[in-house]
Amino acid sequence: MNAIAAAPEVSDTVLYLQNIHVAFDGFKALNNLSLYVTRNELRAVIGPNGAGKTTMMDVITGKTKPDQGQAFFMGNFDLKRSNEAEIANKGIGRKFQKPTVFEQHTVYENLELALSGVRGVMRALIYSLTKANRARIDEVLEIIALTEHRHQVAGSLSHGQKQWLEIGMLLMQDPELLLVDEPAAGMTDAETEATAVLLKEIAKDHSVVVVEHDMGFVHSLDCRVTVLHDGTVLAEGSMDFVQNDERVIEVYLGR
Amino acid sequence: MDVSKPVVSPLLGRIDRGGWILLGILTAVAIVVPILNLNVPASSPFHVPDFVVGLMGKYLAFALLALSVDLIWGYCGILSLGHGAFFALGGYSMGMYLMRQIGDRGVYQNPNLPDFMVFLDWKELPWYWWGFDFFPFAALMVVLAPGILAFVFGWLTFRSRVTGVYLSIITQALTFALMLAFFRNDMGFGGNNGLTDFKDILGFDLQSQTTRATLFVLSAVAVGLGYLVCRYIVTSRFGLVMMAIRDSESRARFLGYRVELYQVLIFSVSAGLAGIAGALYVPQVGIINPSEFSPANSIEIVVWVALGGRGSLYGAVLGAVLVNYAKTFLTGAFPDIWLFFLGALFVVVTIYLPKGIVGTVPTFDFRRKKSPPPEAAVEEAT
Amino acid sequence: MTGIKGSFVALILAVSAIWLIAPSQAQAQDFDAQVRALTTGGYSAKARAVTALAATADPRAIPVLEALLEKKLYTRNSDGAVVIAEEKGSVLLLRRAVDLTEIGEASTSDLKSVRVNNRMRRAIRGALGALTLLSTDPAKRRSAAEAVFKAKDAAMVPILDRAIARETDAKIKTIMQKALASTQLTTSKDTEVRVAAVAKLAEFVEQDVQSVIGSILVKNGDGSFVETDVKVRAAASVALERMESTLASYRMIGDLFRGISLGSVLLLAAVGLAITFGVMGVINMAHGEMLMLGAYTTFVIQNLFKSYMPSAFDYSLTVAVPMAFLVAGAVGVAMERGIIRHLYGRPLETLLATWGISLILRQFVRSIFGPTNREVGNPEWMSGGIELVGGVVLTYNRIWIIVFSLLVLGALVLVLRYTAFGLQMRARLLFCRMASTMGIRTNWVDALTFGLGSGIAGMAGVALSQVDNVGPNLGQAYIVDSFMVVVFGGVGNLWGTLVGAFSLGIINKFLEPFAGAVLGKILVLIVIILFIQKRPRGLFALKGRAVEN
Repeated sequence: MNAIAAAPEVSDTVLYLQNIHVAFDGFKALNNLSLYVTRNELRAVIGPNGAGKTTMMDVITGKTKPDQGQAFFMGNFDLKRSNEAEIANKGIGRKFQKPTVFEQHTVYENLELALSGVRGVMRALIYSLTKANRARIDEVLEIIALTEHRHQVAGSLSHGQKQWLEIGMLLMQDPELLLVDEPAAGMTDAETEATAVLLKEIAKDHSVVVVEHDMGFVHSLDCRVTVLHDGTVLAEGSMDFVQNDERVIEVYLGR
Repeated sequence: MDVSKPVVSPLLGRIDRGGWILLGILTAVAIVVPILNLNVPASSPFHVPDFVVGLMGKYLAFALLALSVDLIWGYCGILSLGHGAFFALGGYSMGMYLMRQIGDRGVYQNPNLPDFMVFLDWKELPWYWWGFDFFPFAALMVVLAPGILAFVFGWLTFRSRVTGVYLSIITQALTFALMLAFFRNDMGFGGNNGLTDFKDILGFDLQSQTTRATLFVLSAVAVGLGYLVCRYIVTSRFGLVMMAIRDSESRARFLGYRVELYQVLIFSVSAGLAGIAGALYVPQVGIINPSEFSPANSIEIVVWVALGGRGSLYGAVLGAVLVNYAKTFLTGAFPDIWLFFLGALFVVVTIYLPKGIVGTVPTFDFRRKKSPPPEAAVEEAT
Repeated sequence: MTGIKGSFVALILAVSAIWLIAPSQAQAQDFDAQVRALTTGGYSAKARAVTALAATADPRAIPVLEALLEKKLYTRNSDGAVVIAEEKGSVLLLRRAVDLTEIGEASTSDLKSVRVNNRMRRAIRGALGALTLLSTDPAKRRSAAEAVFKAKDAAMVPILDRAIARETDAKIKTIMQKALASTQLTTSKDTEVRVAAVAKLAEFVEQDVQSVIGSILVKNGDGSFVETDVKVRAAASVALERMESTLASYRMIGDLFRGISLGSVLLLAAVGLAITFGVMGVINMAHGEMLMLGAYTTFVIQNLFKSYMPSAFDYSLTVAVPMAFLVAGAVGVAMERGIIRHLYGRPLETLLATWGISLILRQFVRSIFGPTNREVGNPEWMSGGIELVGGVVLTYNRIWIIVFSLLVLGALVLVLRYTAFGLQMRARLLFCRMASTMGIRTNWVDALTFGLGSGIAGMAGVALSQVDNVGPNLGQAYIVDSFMVVVFGGVGNLWGTLVGAFSLGIINKFLEPFAGAVLGKILVLIVIILFIQKRPRGLFALKGRAVEN
């Protein structure tokens, strides 16, 4: 643990979580959790059920306020004092564990909604898409391979397609930091592989935190891995490093 | 293939087929009914009697009210059980203007005070009655009184994320509290009896056939314009966001939308529309009293929309007219049956017609249909 | 005036009973003269005669004075005899006033009535009061003492003294002492007697005593006191101040009691709602109608008792409570199976459908029992109450309802905590889907949960029938309030419901004296709307991820 206690240079840190505590009715969901993500880093977070992965995401995106600790984004943006919308507009995008798209909107409309920029109520009343917007939507449609389904209602897509649509929405949002919760769940092997490639591609100019259960998928991401257990960081390092950590083995295999 | 939408969609391009049919019917009714009422002799079978004109005018006011509820419920998922309150506030604003128009022709012939204030032995007009002599002011208040109340109320509730059934209950409490308040004599709104005995509007005699026909036409126009406003909103990007909020509020937040602002704004707009409906209603029925605030009234509005089919706008109009026609007919012919009927309507519509007539009967469904969403996806719990 | 004959009989009984202080021959002569004095002279002379007659403490004076009050006392033209005349068909039946022996019939033209004015009437009432002070019937003595207290006639003092000395019932004795003190205060000329009277009166913390003492401090138009005796005034103002503060604290106890009482009613109404809303997430708009069904069940059961077992009427509620539970519970189960289960996961639709059921149930009851309120009786053991000083009455029916509501809550807590059904219900609350995969038959748990909530509402209806009008709209009066309790207290938490109900009840009753009933209610609603701001999930909200989905 000492290995990670020293924070990296501040200038390069996109996400800074320090000694975060969250408790629900006495149950400690997060217990002294610290996590630092640097610019353009791809980070995988693994851990058994109840390790605090989703709660950590909630803290980062403003859904849950920590009882203690510090949470900053891009240096001095205080995540503890901001609501979900402010945080999202500052540049944190989130993909949920269960694919959450607007089921009754078309694929195109889903992407249109995610388009960065227009968020004000008055502007929304008179806004119409520019040529550049359309080009960008078309581009993302290509990336997530949904061009042919663009006018289909999102609710009618397959599970994997919904996952991709949600990733596409993240791309439209163009955030500094992407939080991706179990992107490979419910995907075929081929889709999973493609997803890994896509995330690595995205991480070239974004910071990405991926929460995942599928070890094969985490392997293929080939990045630094953080292992959570009981609301705190158990180990951090390369996949090979954490896989050989005794405590990790105990947590994963010992029960 | 229509690969992308036109860069700027003009208003007319946003109207769907059901909307066009609605506008067509409204236009026809607005032209034909006054002619049949005013120009066809009473002996003719084509003559439309005065009371029918009044009745249809009332239905149109209710149709506008139903539109305002569909706007927030059908498109934004906000089920208000207190929309009757906004309707009544608009009605009271109009009623206050009409009261002032009476002048010294009241029973007590007091030029400065309405009859009920004379009766209560009040000496001067309370400050909140100032300005209601002046029609433009009253007209403004028709929209602002409900609009501002909705804004303040919405700001308090939506900001603290009171949504779903909680919001419904709180809106019901709101209209209940207002009903209690308006029943009080010392509120200065006529207490139990409300405002009535109106004489004229803008100098035109309210009892005259032409005034009443004009009010009817105005109601039809108001429904038409109300439809266009709602349609514009729901087809704009704003509407897209509204529906996104309806389907997944938290997702919309994580996309960076300040959900509460959208909700407050659309809630206020809807309340203003309801206020206009109330203002059209009052001169045509000749009275406004606190029972308009009763929670039961507000829930009834919701079933109009539910029956017609929410989320299509024209469905709300259809539902309002159908239910109110049934009400007129049944309360006249079989008064005991009416509540059984209305009660059964609530049950049947929610269980067997969740999409209303418009969404169930193919003849009525003019919405550009995409492939239907799977059943499980339709509702997001709580 | 049905019981003229009856009252005569009673009087004669009373008369013979107090024959202990039987009049001597001389007194009899005296009595004749005093009765005759009633018929002669001006009004003031006659009024004096009334007082003098009362001062004899002769029970025979009672029927005479009553007849005088009812304008049945006459003098016979032929011989000037004082008679009491009773209408009998077209003629009048005469009795001699002094001993009530019948002395034939007469027509109105044969008689001359004894006229009375208001001042005399007051005197007569006071005199009658004084005379009945000596009655053997405690109820009569009591009402007599109260009458004397109101009359404040100096002539009554000796009789009062005598009555107080004889009195054995402590309660009646205090009323007599109160009457004596207030008579002394208003009529005596002796400062010391009056100051002592004020001190005595100050012991009785009651509204009417307060106004007697208050009358000492009344001012004339020019600002001077009507009462000229400074000492008496000083004593009065001290006494009044002390009484005021005592009264205020009793009023507060009264408000608190009414608040707790309202709270217990709200608790009963809301606790079923807390279950259906809290455990199942179902907004049951027909919940108020479950209360109504319970109240009408009580009405039906009571009527059955009246026609078949009138003697056991006092026990009708013990039958009504389980019956109401069954009736409302059965309706609840039927509603759940028939309608609500089709609508899980669609809370807003559930709300609308249950509203429809509410309309149907109301109209159903209206069609069967009529639109007007029905009479539901209080059993003997629930009528009356504990009277505190200061006019505050803790009525037994409200006390019973408080006890009942706590019993119901207690029973419910036990069911939830210690039965398999309770465990399944709580599991359902926390992990809906998981519970069904674990083999809990959520279908039946749901139906029974709904039945339980509705059944409790039915029992609440029995309680409501004891304090409120039983009509088709009974439920509507409580539905908004019960929702407010649940929202205020927090969903899915019975303690929240308990605290919510009692706080709302007490806040309501404490606001009422200042703001009036209606404004008080509005203020409470506003308070709740603002409260929701701070705690959107209520006072005792569950936290964490379990609640959010």
